[in-house]
Amino acid sequence: MNLFMYQLHRGVVGEVDSVIEFRKVTKRFGDVVAVADNDLAVMPGEFLSILGPSGCGKTTSLRMMAGFEQPTSGEVFIRGANVTGVPAYRRPVNMVFQHYALFPHLAVSANVSYGLRQRSPKPAAAEIARAVDEALAMVRLSGYGQRRIHELSGGQQQRVALARALINRPAVLLLDEPLAALDRKLRRDMQIELQNLQRDVGITFLLVTHDQEEALSMSDRVCVMREGRIVQTGSPRELYDRPVSRYVADFVGKTNFFKGPSAGEVLSIRPELIDIAASEAELPAGVSARFSVKVLNRIFLGEHTEYVVAHARLGEFMVMAPRKTERHAGLYEIGEMIAAGWRPEAERILPND
Amino acid sequence: MRLYVMLIYVFLYAPIGFIVGGSFNSGKQAMVWQGFSLDWYGKAFSNPLIMEALTTSLYIALVNAVLSAIIGTLTALGLQRVGGWTRAGFDALIYIAIMVPGIVIGISTLIAFVTVFDAVNPLLSVRLEMGAWAVIAAHVLFNTAVVALLVRARLQGMDRSLVEASEDLYATPFGTFRQVVLPLLAPSILAGFLLAFTFSFEDFIIAYFVAGPDVTLPIYIFSSIRRGVTPEINAVGSVVVLSSFILLIAAQLILRRSGRPAG
Repeated sequence: MNLFMYQLHRGVVGEVDSVIEFRKVTKRFGDVVAVADNDLAVMPGEFLSILGPSGCGKTTSLRMMAGFEQPTSGEVFIRGANVTGVPAYRRPVNMVFQHYALFPHLAVSANVSYGLRQRSPKPAAAEIARAVDEALAMVRLSGYGQRRIHELSGGQQQRVALARALINRPAVLLLDEPLAALDRKLRRDMQIELQNLQRDVGITFLLVTHDQEEALSMSDRVCVMREGRIVQTGSPRELYDRPVSRYVADFVGKTNFFKGPSAGEVLSIRPELIDIAASEAELPAGVSARFSVKVLNRIFLGEHTEYVVAHARLGEFMVMAPRKTERHAGLYEIGEMIAAGWRPEAERILPND
Repeated sequence: MRLYVMLIYVFLYAPIGFIVGGSFNSGKQAMVWQGFSLDWYGKAFSNPLIMEALTTSLYIALVNAVLSAIIGTLTALGLQRVGGWTRAGFDALIYIAIMVPGIVIGISTLIAFVTVFDAVNPLLSVRLEMGAWAVIAAHVLFNTAVVALLVRARLQGMDRSLVEASEDLYATPFGTFRQVVLPLLAPSILAGFLLAFTFSFEDFIIAYFVAGPDVTLPIYIFSSIRRGVTPEINAVGSVVVLSSFILLIAAQLILRRSGRPAG
C-alpha cells in the first residue's frame, strides 16, 4: 500500500478517485469560522492524519465527513458521490469516538453487531454472530462477547470501538483522538496495533490528533491545520524535512529558531543537525557555522542527550547529541564552554507566520 | 452515633408500627390492646365501600402514572431541542408546577374545571363533571413536571456521543431513540412512574377538591376517621404500607436487572 501511495504521489500510476473529498468546504458557527475554504482528498487505502492544536478545525472537519455537521458552504464527496446534506446514518463511513461512545446498556457483542443490525434487510442471526466473532478476533478480544462495557479496561474498550466500526467495512474509518484517553505505554502499543490493523483490513483510516508524534509515527500522509485552514499536507518525512512555514516546523518535531535574513523570515535548525565538540577545531569537517557556546542544561535520555546551550549573539538553543558521537567525546558538564556548529544544508529559512 | 440513628428510625417508623400493630388488635378500640386477631383484615376486605375506594385510587394512580411518564418524558425530550428563552420559560413553569402547594392546585383546578364545564356542557350531549378523571387531570399536571425533571437530569447526564455513535452506525433517528435513548432513560422514566403512582395514590388534598362523587382511599379514610379510628382503618393502612413496600422492591429489582447483560 505504501509503495502504491508513493507511486501515486509521484504520478507513476494514473489518477485514482478519492474516498473522501472536501471541495471548498467552509464551516461557520455564528461568527466563528471553524473550517475555512478547505480542499482535501483522502486516497483509498491510505492512513491520513489531520494534525493541529485544539480549535484548529480538525474535529469539525471529521464531523463533517461523518455527517454530524453540515458545511456552511462547499461540498463533501464520498466515493465520488456528493453527500453534502446527507445525514450520518446514510453515510458509508464509521467513527471511533474520543471516549469510544460504547453503548453501556449493551454487551460487547451487541455493541459490535449494532451496525449490522440496522441494515435492511437484517442479516441472519448466524451471519451476524459469525461477523461479530471475526471482528472480535481481529482486535484480539475473542471470548469477550458477553462482557459488559464497564468490565473492560480502557484499551479493551478502545478495541471494542474499533471492532464495532470495522465490522461494517466502511469506506473510511474516522478516528477522533482515539488514543488521547490511554496512558503512555498503552498508547504506544495501540499505535502499533492501529497501524497493523490498517494494513490487514486495507480500509482507509483518517485520524484526527493534536499529538505530532502520533501523527508522524502512524500515517502515510499528514495534513497540518491551523485556524481552520490546511497549512501543509505531505508525508511525515516531507513535513519534517521541508516544512512550508515556521508554524509547521514548530508543530512537527522539535526545532530551534534563529533570527532570519529578513523581518518576515526565520532560520530553523533541527537540534539533531547541530554538532557539538569540546572545541571549535574538533567539530567535524563540513560544519560551516562554528560557535563557542556555554552548556546551560543537560538531560540524559538514553539513546541521546539533550543539551541546552547559549551563545552570546544567537541566544539559547537545543542540541540533540546521539549516544554514538558522545562515546568518544564524553559528556559535557553544565557551565562548561564547548563548541557547536552545523552544515549549511541544515539551515532552513522559513516564512515567520 | 448508633443511638442517634436508631432514634431517627424510631421517630420515622414508630407511627407506622402503631398502625400495623393496631390492625391485629381483636378489640373495637384501636388504642386498647385486647389480643391478636386477623378479623379486621377480613372485615376491611369485605367492606364494599373500602374496596370501591381502593379500586378508584388504584385506577387513578395507574392512569396518572402512565400519562405522566409519557407526557413527562416527551416534555424532557422536547426541551432538549429548544434553547434560550423558550427553554428557560418552560423550566420555570415546571418548577412552579412542583412548588405550588397541593391546596392551590386543588382550588385552581376546581375553579378551572367548573368554569370550563359550565362553558362547554351546554354545547355537548354528554355532561362533564367532577370525578376520577378530574383527579387524574389534576395529578398529571403535577406529576408530568416531576417526571420531566427526572428524565431531563438523566438526559443531561447522557453522553451526547452515544446518540451520534448510533447514527454513525446507520440507525435512523427513530432507531436511535428506540435502541439507545429509551433504554438509557428507562430507569429515570420508571422512577418517575413510581413516584407519580405513589403521589397520586396517597394524595388527599387535590382529590378532595375535584373528586366530586368519587371516593378515593385517602378520602374514605379521612371521612371514616371522623367517626373514630377503628382497627379496620389500621388494616387498610397496613395493606397500603405493604403494597408500597412491594412496589419499591419490585422497582429496585427491575433497575438492577437493567444493569445486567442483555442478550
